[in-house]
Amino acid sequence: MKRLVSFFLLAGLTLVACGEEAPQPAPEGIAGQTITLLTHGSFWVSEGTLQAFTDQTGVQVELLEGGDAGEMVASAILTAGNPVADVLYGVDNTFLQRALDADLFEPYASPALSNVPSALQLDGQHRVTPIDFGDVCVNYWGDWFDETLPPPGSLDDLIDSRYAGQLVVQNPETSSPGLAFLLATIAEYGDGWEEYWAALRRNEVAVTTGWEEAYYGEFVSGGGDRPLVVSYASSPPAEFIYADPPVESPPTGVLLDTCFRQIEFAGVLKGTPHQAAAQALIDFMLSDTYQEDIPLNMFVFPASQTAALPEAFVNFARLAEDPYQLPPADIEAHRNEWTERWTQIVLR
Amino acid sequence: MDTDRLTLMTLRRLAWPVVVLVPVAFLGIFFLWPVTNILVKGFVGGRLWELLHEAVFWRVLWFTVWQAAASTALALVLALPGAHLLARFHFRGRSLLRALATVPFVMPTVVVAGAFIALFEQFGLNDGAFRMRHTVWALLAAHVFFNLAIVLRTVGSYWEGLDGRVEEQARLLGARPGQVFLRVTLPRLAPAVASAASVVFLFCFTSFGVILLLGGPTRATLETEIWRHAVWRGDMASASALAVVQLGAVMSLVLVSNFLQRRRGGREQTRLDSRPMPSRRLLGANLGLLLVALGLPVLVLVERSLATGNGYSFDNYRALTVRVTLLPVSALTALGNSVLFAVVATALAVLVGGFASLVVVYGRRSLSHFFDFGLMLPLGVSAVTLGFGMLVALDAPPMDFRSWRWLVPVAHALIGIPFVLRTVVPTLRRIDPKVRESAALLGASPFQVGRLVDFPLAGRALAVGAAFAFAVSIGEFGATSFLPRHPDRLTAPLALFRLLGTPGDLLRGQAMALAVLLMVLTGLAVLVIEGRPSGRGVVRGDF
Amino acid sequence: MLRLERVSVRFGQNQVLNQVDLTVASGEVLVLLGPSGCGKSTLLRTIAGLETPAAGQVFWEEQNLTAVAAHQRGFGMMFQDHALFGHLSVAANVAFGLRIAGWGVGQRQQKVAELLELVGLVGFEGRSVETLSGGEAQRVALARSLAPDPRLLMLDEPLASLDRALRGRLVNDLGQLLRGLGQSAIYVTHDYGEAFALADRIAVMDGGRIARCGRPVEVWADPQTEAVARSIGHQNILSLDNQGHCVLGRLGGQAGLVLVRSDGLRLAPSGVGARVVGSVFSQGRYDLQVEVGGQLLQLSAVEPVGLGDSVYLAWPDDAVVPLVASADG
Repeated sequence: MKRLVSFFLLAGLTLVACGEEAPQPAPEGIAGQTITLLTHGSFWVSEGTLQAFTDQTGVQVELLEGGDAGEMVASAILTAGNPVADVLYGVDNTFLQRALDADLFEPYASPALSNVPSALQLDGQHRVTPIDFGDVCVNYWGDWFDETLPPPGSLDDLIDSRYAGQLVVQNPETSSPGLAFLLATIAEYGDGWEEYWAALRRNEVAVTTGWEEAYYGEFVSGGGDRPLVVSYASSPPAEFIYADPPVESPPTGVLLDTCFRQIEFAGVLKGTPHQAAAQALIDFMLSDTYQEDIPLNMFVFPASQTAALPEAFVNFARLAEDPYQLPPADIEAHRNEWTERWTQIVLR
Repeated sequence: MDTDRLTLMTLRRLAWPVVVLVPVAFLGIFFLWPVTNILVKGFVGGRLWELLHEAVFWRVLWFTVWQAAASTALALVLALPGAHLLARFHFRGRSLLRALATVPFVMPTVVVAGAFIALFEQFGLNDGAFRMRHTVWALLAAHVFFNLAIVLRTVGSYWEGLDGRVEEQARLLGARPGQVFLRVTLPRLAPAVASAASVVFLFCFTSFGVILLLGGPTRATLETEIWRHAVWRGDMASASALAVVQLGAVMSLVLVSNFLQRRRGGREQTRLDSRPMPSRRLLGANLGLLLVALGLPVLVLVERSLATGNGYSFDNYRALTVRVTLLPVSALTALGNSVLFAVVATALAVLVGGFASLVVVYGRRSLSHFFDFGLMLPLGVSAVTLGFGMLVALDAPPMDFRSWRWLVPVAHALIGIPFVLRTVVPTLRRIDPKVRESAALLGASPFQVGRLVDFPLAGRALAVGAAFAFAVSIGEFGATSFLPRHPDRLTAPLALFRLLGTPGDLLRGQAMALAVLLMVLTGLAVLVIEGRPSGRGVVRGDF
Repeated sequence: MLRLERVSVRFGQNQVLNQVDLTVASGEVLVLLGPSGCGKSTLLRTIAGLETPAAGQVFWEEQNLTAVAAHQRGFGMMFQDHALFGHLSVAANVAFGLRIAGWGVGQRQQKVAELLELVGLVGFEGRSVETLSGGEAQRVALARSLAPDPRLLMLDEPLASLDRALRGRLVNDLGQLLRGLGQSAIYVTHDYGEAFALADRIAVMDGGRIARCGRPVEVWADPQTEAVARSIGHQNILSLDNQGHCVLGRLGGQAGLVLVRSDGLRLAPSGVGARVVGSVFSQGRYDLQVEVGGQLLQLSAVEPVGLGDSVYLAWPDDAVVPLVASADG
């Protein structure tokens, strides 16, 4: 458990030679402009971080929050062409195709993309730029398991009767991690995913509407009686940082072979009158200043490989070596059909 | 009557256009235009037609209506004894009880859901035959908890204004207490009961968090389906078809309820008797009922806010002054923002609702009906419809309000206005023309009549409406989550959601402490806004 | 027969009724007279069973009613503002008690028609009570109270909210109607005119007690206390000094109060000199106000007298009645 995982040794990410990070010279004529960054409700940066951008470029940044990721994308689509903001940040790979289909973004290939693993760069036309990523995985409560009953190791183990009644997941129709976990099973089993979920149901999986109920209502951490929950790979560092009373190490761990990778992107919104300033902001969001600020504010990993990780992350945050992924186009094409089938299998 | 008309004429000439136009503009710009816009934009007639042929749709519609009706009926049944207590008896802590009853209004759904689940566990209701969680019972219990105050206060204050001798008369004619209640009291309370029931029904009809959190993953209402289609499935056609159905249902309900209230309203004799002290048994039984219904979830919450890793302490409260990295501002600042927004929203609701009440009472018939009808609708329209509608409609100068700081309080005010309206209108209707006439005969100008007679009488009603508007605004989460917000203007309910959105006992403790502060603040605000109940100025309005 | 034995009622610290004894005979109309706040409404409500006495007993014949609930006493009551059921029609208001008693529809209709005829509201069955005038509402309330044949009817200032002309007529109608029915009744009022017009007996209340009870003529002739005298309209109340003197001369043997009844006081060719300060012509007579040594007195005269005229007063001995002073007077 205490093993340090070096971020740079993680496989699954294609390492790209990282050059010296040279601050891009600010384009002429953008100083004095004010641009608006539309984000989802879990977004935040430390005080002063955006000030660094203003100091560099003379551009002021105003922040707007637009609900959760799904709500933000839906509202961005409704206002396509006459956007409320100049830059949108926080669309993830499960919603990406919908946003791309709605033609929300101006393509922009930031020079700073050279520091970002190509595995994270899902859109070849660079309409969106990856900023951060994280894994949705099954978390377990450490004290529950021991030598006689070790934590499950894989998705297969979860349908083992030894783990009957232990897992709680979220409804993929109403919850982002719930959807991610369904996608993980589809990536693993292909057409066999339906049989897998039928088996999970027989193994008494519990379903909640949202993450909060699963984690605080059913999972041991919040006083529930289930030791396995679909959550984030970064949940243990949060358990460590916000423990009361303080602990030596987090009480929870992550099953790294059950993870689905979520990547969050930013993009310049079509219709912005401040295109150059918006592009400068994208560049800034990939700079170390911004990237290193991401982990403790949002509990996800920075996309840029040159960013250093905070200690709690280095110690306790782990990433899957080979996370499950699905192409955004497949997700968008089949999502409604999959979730409807899932509802039939698991809830009816 | 002549003096009345005279007052009215002067009022018309001088100020009437303002009185009419302010509510029209407010409702038009911030409600009718956005809602029409989103429905037209997303509306595909064929989708609605298809929908009508889907069994799922009918199941959802049936469940929506059914749960709202059942919640309303339960809330009425449970709150009537308390309303009787507030109306007919004088006892220490009466105004405190009224303020307390308003508190659930601001409790975030997710917290209430947590408290209820904890309660179910406490009483062993989570397993076996009485499994509460994810049953329709849990959902109904939560709806009753949230809406008890509306019935308690609407019916209670109306009841207070009814002449108790009519009931005594019925007893002297031989009616047993039960017969008196069914044959005399209940029919006399009908306008207030209809008013309360319609508000509660609308609240439950568009309830969101309670359905999702307590109803479990298999229960869906129109509101949750609109959200799911619009947000998760990106299917705006289905979402707006459902929204059309929802709007239609709400409109017919408001029409029926307004008809019921107009049919007999303001004609009751009123008389203020000295209120007796209730017997200890009656007081005990009633308070016991209310405490179980309202108090237990609150107590659970308080207990959790005080629990820390090292036993009970105020550490969670102390921690609120410091900004945690997850929040743009400290929780206390968020609380301050909430208060600021609530004050603005309340002021807007009082201004617009006050003007609208004048129009409803003194305006031309058609105008009066339009106001009474139109201003109730925001209560029953999906937050998705309104929020997305604002984004789509208010997108061009001079009305590009989309990223306007004060759009959030405006949206809150839309929900607060019906409360002001339902309080002030009945009171204005009941102001005895003789009082105004005699003031006029004593030499008061029409505006002095307004200032000296109408305002003091309606003022109390306005205060009660304002208290509700404040409570609604400070606890509101739904409508605003779809509007773009400025993060430094984070409100307390949103801060609470963020705190609960990341693991860690520390964050959860702080969230509970924040919820308790929100409740305390609301209770105090209600006490302050309503002031000390003066002996004479009993509000005979609906709230 | 109704009988009250030492009935006391308290509201908190406030003793509203203090050891009240009272009887109402069968077929008798008893008028409870007194200023507002004297406890007469409370007494009525206690008899009805709407207030619980702190001490004392209420009997009907030999049955102790003290613990019997209001709806089981078989008494009727008419409130000052009628307390009509606003949600019911005139007929349904009148029929309410009959419905509760389980009467059939046909019987009810017949009885309602009879009662409406009795109170002069034939054809009002279907009217909404909200459309009635004050006098009509009062009659509906009366018909409703009479419908279940109450063994005792209580009327709490039933005419107070009506205008004067209507009141005068209705008092007479009411008196005739009650006597015609042989109805036992208690009638509460603060208007001594109504009291004398209706009462078989008058009970004058003062400070939570029955201060005087008797036939109208007895109470008028000898009110016994100052408060009772004032309640029934006496004004010529004079104080005597230690030798029994007052402005009219020596009227007693010691200090105290006396009443010189206005029906005995008259103008005479000689006697005590007085000056006329007021004269009102009323129903064929002149109600005079005269001043004697700074004291104002009332009397009536057949002949007109000019303001400022000097006149002489005389009275028979039996017009002078000693009074007990009220504690607060």
